[in-house]
Amino acid sequence: MIHALANPTRFLKLARPLTPVLFWAGVALALFGAWGGLTQTPGDYLQKESVRILYIHVPAAWLGMGGWTGVAGASLGYLIWRHPLAHIAARAIAPAGAVFAALCLITGAIWGRPTWGTWWEWDGRLTSMLLLFFVYIAYIALARADADRGGDGRVPALFGVAGSVLLPIVRYSVVWWNTLHQGQSIGLTSSSIDSSMLWPLFFTIGGFTLLFAGVVLMRMRAMLAIQRVEARMRRMAAQ
Amino acid sequence: MNHWAFVTAAYAVTLLGTGGLAAWAWLSMRRAEAAAESLRRDK
Repeated sequence: MIHALANPTRFLKLARPLTPVLFWAGVALALFGAWGGLTQTPGDYLQKESVRILYIHVPAAWLGMGGWTGVAGASLGYLIWRHPLAHIAARAIAPAGAVFAALCLITGAIWGRPTWGTWWEWDGRLTSMLLLFFVYIAYIALARADADRGGDGRVPALFGVAGSVLLPIVRYSVVWWNTLHQGQSIGLTSSSIDSSMLWPLFFTIGGFTLLFAGVVLMRMRAMLAIQRVEARMRRMAAQ
Repeated sequence: MNHWAFVTAAYAVTLLGTGGLAAWAWLSMRRAEAAAESLRRDK
C-alpha cells in the first residue's frame, strides 16, 4: 500500500477526494466534542469549570507528540526505502505538529493558572514539551534550508529520526520527575476520569486527528504542485 | 476566580490556532495547484 502510493499521481488521485472528507469530518467531530465538553459535562469538584480545558488540551498534546511520531516515521521511511513521498510527508506534518505542540503549551498554561496558581513551571512534562516545540521549529528551518540549497533531504530526515528521542522523555516525564504536572489519567484500557466527563474527549481527539490529517494532505498537495511547477520551469529554461 | 474566563481563552486560542493553520494550508494548496494547472495549460 505504502509503496503503491510512492507514485505521486496515484497518491494525488486518492488525496484529492480524501482531503475535504477528512477535514470536514474532523471539524464536525471536534465541534461536537467541544460542545459536549462545554455544555453537557459536569464541572470538577476541585478544578471547577476550568476542567473543560481538558477537551482541547489533551488532543493538542496527543497531536503534538503524534505529529513528531509521523515526522520520525516518514523520515525513517525516506532514509531506508527512499520513498519519494516520505520526505514530503515529514515536511508536511511538521508545521501542523508545531502548531498543536504550541496549543498544548498555551492551553496548559491557561489551565495551570486557575488550578496550580501559576502559568508556567520548569516541570519535567512542561519543559520536555517546550523542547519538542523547539525541535519542530528547528526541523522546519532545517528542511527549508535543505530544500533551498537543492539538498536531497537526508539531513532533515536524520534530524527527524534523532528528534524522536524526545518522545519517551515527554511521555514518561510525569513518572521520572514527580513535580507539578499530574500523572497519566487516561490509558488505552482504563481511566481515572469518570465516564460522564470523559466522552467528549474521544470526539475532540478523533476530530482534531482527522483535521490534522486533512491539513497534512493539503500541505503535501501544495508541495507536490510546487515541485511540478519548478520541474516545468527548469525544463522550459533548458529549452 | 472566574474559571470561565480561562476556559474561553483556551478555546479561543485553539480556534485561532487550528483555524489559522487550516486557512494557511488550504490557501497555499489552492495557490500552488492553480499555478501548476495554469503552467500545464500554457504548455
